[in-house]
Formats: sequence, structure tokens, C-alpha cells
Amino acid sequence: MSAPALLFERGERPGVKNVMGGVMYGRMLADVVPEFWKTAPMERVVTDERLWLTTADSVVTAGHKHLPHSVEPPNAFTVLRVPFDGWFAAQAEAAGALLIPGTTVEDVIREGGRVVGVRTGREEGELRAPLVVIADGANSFLVQKAGLGRPLEPNEMALVVKEIIALPGAAIEDRFTLDPGMGATIEVYGAVTRGMAGYGFIYTNRESLSVGIGALISQFMETRITPWDLLEGFKAHPMVAPLLRGGVVREYLAHAIPEGGLRAMPRLFDDGVLVVGDAAMMVNNLHREGSNMAMAAGRMAGETAIQAKRAGDWSARSLSRYRELLEASFVLQDLRKYQRLPDLVEGRPDLLHLYPELLSEAIHEMLTVDGAGKREKQRRILRRLLARRPWWRLLRDAYEGWRAMR
Amino acid sequence: MKIEEKLYLLRWKHDKRSHIAIKDQRVCLETCGTKWKRPCTTFCPASVYAWDGEKTVVSHDNCVECTSCLLGCPYRNIDWKLPRGGFGIEWQHG
Ligand SMILES: Cc1cc2nc3c(=O)[nH]c(=O)nc-3n(C[C@H](O)[C@H](O)[C@H](O)COP(=O)(O)OP(=O)(O)OC[C@H]3O[C@@H](n4cnc5c(N)ncnc54)[C@H](O)[C@@H]3O)c2cc1C
Ligand code: SF4
Ligand code: SF4
Repeated sequence: MSAPALLFERGERPGVKNVMGGVMYGRMLADVVPEFWKTAPMERVVTDERLWLTTADSVVTAGHKHLPHSVEPPNAFTVLRVPFDGWFAAQAEAAGALLIPGTTVEDVIREGGRVVGVRTGREEGELRAPLVVIADGANSFLVQKAGLGRPLEPNEMALVVKEIIALPGAAIEDRFTLDPGMGATIEVYGAVTRGMAGYGFIYTNRESLSVGIGALISQFMETRITPWDLLEGFKAHPMVAPLLRGGVVREYLAHAIPEGGLRAMPRLFDDGVLVVGDAAMMVNNLHREGSNMAMAAGRMAGETAIQAKRAGDWSARSLSRYRELLEASFVLQDLRKYQRLPDLVEGRPDLLHLYPELLSEAIHEMLTVDGAGKREKQRRILRRLLARRPWWRLLRDAYEGWRAMR
Repeated sequence: MKIEEKLYLLRWKHDKRSHIAIKDQRVCLETCGTKWKRPCTTFCPASVYAWDGEKTVVSHDNCVECTSCLLGCPYRNIDWKLPRGGFGIEWQHG
């Protein structure tokens, strides 16, 4: 068989195995599919991004909203992966790739140390190729089989469950105060994760909401909270429930998200092989970016392959160009910037609950008109703050938070 | 909404061959039972694992392939493989 690129997919069709929130980013997609917005199945263009810090019965919100503008490509838009991936794979086919669906790649073939092809689950399913690009997503079997990464730990992967909840488009636009076709996202931290390190989200699609929540697998093991109970509790939160009222659950989904960051990243290249996307731990969770990193890394892998083919050299030395491209881009720069975050979040899940509570109490105090002067109210807030956390610990939290984010 | 109702919404192409096996039931019975109280019976989002009093029972047909059990079993006692090509969960939306 000769084709410039073979694309193996274990699902019967591309997309049927895939789940995301899903906010996708226009810039990285436009870099691989110019003018994608003319044909891609987008749900809503995101014009309103909100952050919620919840306690059991309150929420502190922050957000940013802008007018729908005609600048292309849109910065961010929501997608559903089944229709989106079908379209995306068709773009690869149009560019000359040969799609082979319904086929699980079971192993890489190694000869004399270098990767020379893959073995699939089909009869006579061995295929030789000068380059194998491992792109099998979170918890990659192929990274392990190729000997490129160590086994992962349960605190290096999150489990997320979500539902697609159908609602009429007009109701969505009313509830979220959106212009037609525009979308909102809400990231929800605090009490909704019931003490676990994680967060919830509500994203608007054309005629449905994507409502999900997750936490590190290690925390599900320790707390014994079931994922579906966590999701039901999230949906029932007094600030969340009104947004979902009357909606009909169409699908319940679950998927893993890599959380290990740089410290859990496998080797990205070796003789005859490259690793991209979730398989390579390329996720920036603080900013819910993963699809963009996967697409950017995929493009850089392609550019590296073109160079290697020109030079007729598929060795690790030649393929190391891929890593250089990543280093020069936001992908490795951002993963490096936030490399301390996994430790902070895992070690101190209480931070995700205490501070929303303190903040909510403080704001509540200031807004409650009870005859006390504002200076007295500030004193009350400070007293309550110090009762919950001594000043030296507040300083330490601030310092560690700053170090993890700067 | 109960988990059974959630799973009822989903579609799979079922494989008679299971892609999941418990490596050593004694670990489930003894060590894991006392030290961890069998977390697979709670973290699996599709309720694939259940303890019947003697052994861990596996309803592989419910699996939605989130891969959590690769890491969530504290004894790496679950042999979970990707379903054969074309089999398993088929999301309608994603
Ligand atoms: C609930 C959730 C919400 C998310 N929200 C966002 C978000 O809002 N924004 C964002 O940017 N990112 C988000 N992400 C992350 C994003 O989904 C991933 O970073 C992105 O999908 C990674 O792309 P990928 O191509 O590396 O892997 P995937 O999208 O997982 O694709 C891997 C593909 O390989 C196939 N495959 C796997 N193994 C084999 C095999 N052995 N043989 C053949 N085929 C195989 C799979 O079927 C699949 O099609 C979210 C993730 C989840 C789970
Ligand atoms: S978590 Fe692992 S060891 Fe424990 S009961 Fe489940 S399969 Fe057995
Ligand atoms: S892969 Fe996920 S759904 Fe399937 S058995 Fe493991 S934990 Fe359960």
C-alpha cells in the first residue's frame, strides 16, 4: 500500500470514541485547515467566558464578554466531537491521507531499536512505514508499547463525566444572554467538586448544553464518590440547576484528561516515531486547552516529517526538529510555565474550597446592609479570614499560588 | 437520574469477547478489600465492576472506555485492553 499518510482509527467512524468539553480554538485549526469556518460543524462561537467560584449555596463570578465580531477565524467555538471529527478526518482525506477506520493499532514494530511500522488487530495487519506518529490520546497504550514513557500514576490523569442536555436554542440564548449563534462557557470551581481537586463546566451548543465535572482519578479512589453522583450533585447545585431547567439528557459520557503536565511527559521522538497531543500529555488544564495543543503538535509533526522525507533521514536526530518546533511554540512554553501546578492542586485540594468560601463570605458581608459601618465590616472579614487560616499560611498559599502560575 | 438510566441512553457494538479481565481475584478479596475497599466499584463511571461477596464481577458490555481502571486499581489488577477495532462504545454526540 502506498499513500503519503495512513490514518488509523479504532472507532467505526472518526469521532465515535471521542469526548471533550468542548471549546476549540480557531487559530490552531486555521493553521491546519485554512478557512475552516466555512465548512466546519461549529456549535456556537464563544463570546462570553465566565469563571464561577462556588460554595454550597452561593457563587462568586468573574467573566469577560465581547461583541460578536466578524474577524475570522473565531477565537473559540464549541463543538461536539462526533460531527466535528467526521468533518476533520474528511479534511485529512481531502489532503491525501488514507483513513482506515474500525482498526485498532495494537503495537509498534521495532527492528534494531527503531520503529518501522505498526501492528493492527486485523488479519495480516502489519504495516511498515518510515515514520509512526503516535496520536492515540490520553492514557496512550502505544507510548507504553514503544517504550517512550513510564507508567502513569492515578494523580496524573483526571476522569471527567459529562452530559449533553438538550434545550431549545432560544432558551439557551435567553438564559445565558447571548446573541443568536453566540456561546458562553462557565468553568466552575469550589464546592461542586466535593473536596476533590477538579472542576465543572457548562458550555453552550446550538441546541444543547455540555455539562461536565471531573477530578483526579486518585481522588475518586480516596473519596469513593461515584462520578455519576458527582455529576448529579453538580447539576442540582442551586446556581446550576436553573440553567438546566427543562433540559432533556441525551447522552452521558466519560473520558480521561491528562493532568501530569511536563513531569509525566513521555519522550516525544525516537528513531522512526513522534508523539503528539494527549498521548504526549500536552494539556494546559488551567486554561482548558488541549485540542489546540494537539492540533499544533500535529502540524509540527507533519512539518518535521516533510523535512525528514526530503533529507531521507528518519533517525531520532533528524526528528528532534519536532521538539525544537514545540519548544519555540506555546505548547512547551505553556506546559513549562505551569509545571508546578499539578503538585499544588493535588497536594492542596482544600485551597480550591477554602478561598471560594472566604471570598463569598467577604463579598456577602460587604453587600449585606445591616447598619454596621464598612470599616467594621472589613474588620469582621479579616477576623473571619484569620480564624480559618493563620496569616503565615495565607502568605504561603499566596506565594505557592504565585509560583505555580507566574 | 440513576446510573442505569444514564447508561440506557448509550449505544455500543457489543463484542462477545471481553476486553477486561481481573488478573487475580485473591487480591480483590484480601488486600484490596481490607486496604482500599475496592475502588473499582465506585470510580468506574459505567458501573462495570461489582463485588458479589466473593469476587469482582465485570460487566464489560457497559464499558465506555474512559481508561480510568488502568490507573485506578491500586494493584494494577485489571487487565483492560482496547476493544477490537469497531467494537465498544459509539458516542452519538461526543
Ligand atoms: C471532558 C473533556 C473536556 C475537554 N474540554 C476541552 C476543551 O474545552 N478545550 C480543549 O481544547 N480541550 C479539551 N479537552 C482536551 C481535548 O479533548 C484533548 O486534548 C484532545 O482531544 C487531544 O487530541 P488527541 O488527538 O491527542 O487525542 P484524541 O482526541 O483522544 O484522539 C485520539 C484518537 O485515537 C483513536 N485511537 C486511540 N487508540 C487507538 C489505537 N490503538 N488504534 C487506533 N486508533 C486509536 C481514538 O479513537 C481517537 O479518535 C477536554 C477533554 C475532555 C475529556
Ligand atoms: S480495585 Fe483492583 S484489586 Fe481492588 S477490587 Fe477492583 S480490581 Fe480488585
Ligand atoms: S475503561 Fe472506564 S468505563 Fe471501562 S471499565 Fe474501565 S473505568 Fe469502567
